[in-house]
Amino acid sequence: MTDYRTVFGSLEEYAKGGVQIVDDDPKYYAFSNIFEVASQAAPYEKIAVGKNLEYVLEAIRAEGTSEWRATPHDEFALVMDGTVRIELFDPAAELVDPACGGSISLDEAPEGNSMGTVTAQRGHMTMLPAGKAYRMHCDGVGVVLLQTIEGPDTVYRWADICQTF
Amino acid sequence: MTIIDEAPNHLGYRQFGVGRFTFSRDEYFVTVEWPTGNHQMPVDQWLRCVQRDVAWGFFYGIVNFDSVIGTMNHYGTVDMFAGRFNEAYRRAEVDYNETFDHDELLGCFKAMLSDWTNEGYDPFAAPLETGSAFGPSSGNNDDAVTRRRVVAERMVSVPGDEPLRSDDSGFPVNRAFSDVDQGEPVIEASPGYEDEVCSFNLFAYLSRSDVTWNPSVVSACKESLYCPTTEEFTLPVIHGNDRVEWFVQLSDEIQWDVEDRDTGAKRARVVMKAGDVAAMPADIRHTGYSPKRAMLLVWENGSPRIPEMIAKGEAPVHPVDF
Repeated sequence: MTDYRTVFGSLEEYAKGGVQIVDDDPKYYAFSNIFEVASQAAPYEKIAVGKNLEYVLEAIRAEGTSEWRATPHDEFALVMDGTVRIELFDPAAELVDPACGGSISLDEAPEGNSMGTVTAQRGHMTMLPAGKAYRMHCDGVGVVLLQTIEGPDTVYRWADICQTF
Repeated sequence: MTIIDEAPNHLGYRQFGVGRFTFSRDEYFVTVEWPTGNHQMPVDQWLRCVQRDVAWGFFYGIVNFDSVIGTMNHYGTVDMFAGRFNEAYRRAEVDYNETFDHDELLGCFKAMLSDWTNEGYDPFAAPLETGSAFGPSSGNNDDAVTRRRVVAERMVSVPGDEPLRSDDSGFPVNRAFSDVDQGEPVIEASPGYEDEVCSFNLFAYLSRSDVTWNPSVVSACKESLYCPTTEEFTLPVIHGNDRVEWFVQLSDEIQWDVEDRDTGAKRARVVMKAGDVAAMPADIRHTGYSPKRAMLLVWENGSPRIPEMIAKGEAPVHPVDF
């Protein structure tokens, strides 16, 4: 019986593929690598690695403790590397307009009830529920891929992160 | 749908028809005929394509079965075509297109899948994991060809939504993912919040997928859909986009051939390794090659308005400008 080895990436070890152009512009493929992006990011910077109209995928370097954020819609955090602890909070008052897109940063810890925590490792996906607040913590360095909508803190750095030739 | 002949042929297979298309099969091949031509495909390839069209409800945009035959989804109606996206057929003016009600074509394909899929052959399975599609009619595999596609409303594992997979629910870990960690996240929910603090091991979930090349929705942020899938061997269809879609390679490696959607002219090859992210523009078609079973996250914007928005210039053909 064949022994298979599943290859995942990490900040410490990843290999990057690429676009081999025959007759096209490589920029049309917006080709990047999540680990490479996170390796050059500030902690909890929300760098778009995918964009589909208003929707984005953000690569986040998890390091230390993030600010508190409030989200108007469900978001989903997929840990790609490391161990990330996510605190969820049910605010006593509405913190973000439900009609908005993307999460907003909170200046201070919200008032309300702790919903609990999730300790997630590589491959674990956590729901960040609409109308709630959250923050992340990582003792070392981790990587999170966030499924969300573009918001005021989404960072666009396509020319730096994408293959251009 | 029309069943051309209720009586099976000498091999036990029925002939099907929809509109002016007719479909028949023998031991090795499917023959498609239409008013301006005919075409043959190996039956295993045909069944793998029809299976995806049925499971996906014709998916987004164009599902090319090969360089000649395929379907194009208009989300309510569906085109079946021959040579429509083949430059030579179009130049010779022998291309053909017919539009059907979604359910009419789907009904024809479902009946065909049931009748033409023999016991032991699973069109969703990797070639190393299934029997033969060839030969005379021999039983059926309706359990396999009528699988329900996973479509989570919020996220897999959320109470009331799509459940996790396990040995007990009939989803053992695939042979190619036996080394994938099956540990679940540690969830510590405060009293009263047990249904809202939700997390699951997506990689373990995918390691238990019993199908290949079948994107299924595991999370939905409004119309932003995470559709991960496990891939082995080749994508049986050549998918022609009607919108930008994105791939995130979660594990291993997949290589993609990218062609012009309308002519089939080669535009690029894309090699994706774990952690890579790439967009597929709205005006291409692509097929993929995965030598070892791999986890791929297909990310779609599920809005039915996008093809019209692109036609009006309100949505881009390319994912981003920089």
